[in-house]
Amino acid sequence: MRARGANRRDWVRTVLKLLGYLLLTAAALSMLVPFAWMIFTSFKPRQVIFQMPPVIWTTQYTLEHYLKALTQGKFDIYFRNSFIVSGFTTLANLLIVSMGGYAFSRLKWRGRDATFMVVLATAMLPGLIALIPTFLIVKYTPLAGGNDILGQGGTGWLDSYPGLIVPALGGGFSVFLVRQFFSTLPRELEDAARVDGCSEYRIYSQIIMPLSKPVLAVVSIFTFQASWNDFLWPLVIVQSDRMRTIQLGLTLFRSQHNVEWGILMAGTALATAPTVALFLLAQRYFVQGIALTGIKG
Amino acid sequence: MVTAVRARKKQAGLTQQEKAAIVFVFPLLFFLTVYWIIPSLSSLYFSLTNYSVVLKTKWVGLENFGRLFEDVLFWRSLKNSAYFTLGNIPLSIASGLLVAMTVNSAIRFRNAFRVIFYLPVVTSSIALSMVWLWLLDPHFGLVNAALGVIGIDPQQWLQSTTQAMPSIVIMSVWGGVGSTMIIYLAGLQGIPDSLYEAAQVDGANRWQSFRYITLPSLQPITLYLLVTSIIGSFQIFGPIYAMTDGGPAFATTTIVHQIYINGFRYFNMGYAAAQSWVLFMILLGLSVANLRLQVYGFVSD
Repeated sequence: MRARGANRRDWVRTVLKLLGYLLLTAAALSMLVPFAWMIFTSFKPRQVIFQMPPVIWTTQYTLEHYLKALTQGKFDIYFRNSFIVSGFTTLANLLIVSMGGYAFSRLKWRGRDATFMVVLATAMLPGLIALIPTFLIVKYTPLAGGNDILGQGGTGWLDSYPGLIVPALGGGFSVFLVRQFFSTLPRELEDAARVDGCSEYRIYSQIIMPLSKPVLAVVSIFTFQASWNDFLWPLVIVQSDRMRTIQLGLTLFRSQHNVEWGILMAGTALATAPTVALFLLAQRYFVQGIALTGIKG
Repeated sequence: MVTAVRARKKQAGLTQQEKAAIVFVFPLLFFLTVYWIIPSLSSLYFSLTNYSVVLKTKWVGLENFGRLFEDVLFWRSLKNSAYFTLGNIPLSIASGLLVAMTVNSAIRFRNAFRVIFYLPVVTSSIALSMVWLWLLDPHFGLVNAALGVIGIDPQQWLQSTTQAMPSIVIMSVWGGVGSTMIIYLAGLQGIPDSLYEAAQVDGANRWQSFRYITLPSLQPITLYLLVTSIIGSFQIFGPIYAMTDGGPAFATTTIVHQIYINGFRYFNMGYAAAQSWVLFMILLGLSVANLRLQVYGFVSD
């Protein structure tokens, strides 16, 4: 009698487990289908794309949409611009943030903790509130884009690489991450170096930085991803084709043409590839990054 | 005497480390001041002017804020933003928790599932919008084709005033479930197994374990998610701009969309600055209310 009851419970458990797998697989498929459909569409010939009901699998694939995206759609320029902007933002941010993190964790100075609170507070503000004045500050950058020394007369850093890069530098959140990590390194390291007469610059560049590769990787990945995917700021300051980033290129292509879905999906695939590749290659850093933010139960 | 001199020296002079610190924090503080602190504070000033790049700037006091009350589109955008937020947050949090609990249990291909759910999180909202525009296309979209198989007529989705916002909500839940999942996962892994074992000894069933151990342990995380997703949802812009540009018939215009239109299409920057301050106050109010409620909840428990 008891054995039969236990058997029945096992049986119920197996069915529930199978059902769970089924649901999870269905959910995972619904996550993948949009990406898969984007890739299929980008390789399908035009006449196949517009067949109804849609052709899921075909034997005719073509690269024409990618070629057209690069030539006719100018996605070569947009991709390059996004790469330049995200690359420079990441490198410059790494330097600025790690230097700041060093000052906030390894150096003793008056007003340090109060200053750090201000830095943190900037991370809490919704960026939107600064949008309009930042636009004006960039427009009135002295001696840039035809401006005089008082920032009058030209367009400043609007529609330029520095305008896309510089205002994005120095994230409060990244400083927080770096400071947390630097604080965990043992103090004896630098005390010994200081006794030997080592300068702070050498301690920073030759002791602390080489030991902090994990957190620097996390900050680089997050910065690159945020910069690559950024939309509102580029939308506001870019006016010409030669400065357009890939996200802007997508919205422009969609609004200008009687939408060529094949080309648009090819462009979307190009816009998606770098961050997805980065994520797949550096998964463990993403997980670490989330752990480092200190969100725990 | 000696101590007095020393004290003065300590006040006036800088130590070796302080000199270095100035150099180390200068770049950071410079960029934060010029591109964050000054703009944030001065936007309050702009909100009290009629600044518009072209015209002469005039101080208008609270006129912009008064105008907001009569701006039908602004009210519409407030309503739409609230609609989006109320649709997005419960669905995101519930589905994120469900997925996190499933991929946290001992299942096969656990890591692959996590990666799959996280994919949209690393993809730009614009790219996702393009893909969903194509999926939801009324004539050639995959969604209508799939519904056709089970006998449902083609829908207008983003081109319908009633379906446009729900479509954007669905896309956002789909795109955000991975980020909620990963945060809940960190929380689930922080709950000690001994709690569940003790409950099992006491004869608790699965639902009771969930209700009395899992949920309360995750409360701080749920609060964090609530606050951050309210802030995020109220600021939705990319998908709105890319998919509907606020339409059809203003059915999807949100606060940030209105700020963008007023500030950068009509160049009414003073007015747009006032709108962004209203948004800021709403977000601040909601965050504080949320924290208050939660604290009260803790106390009354």
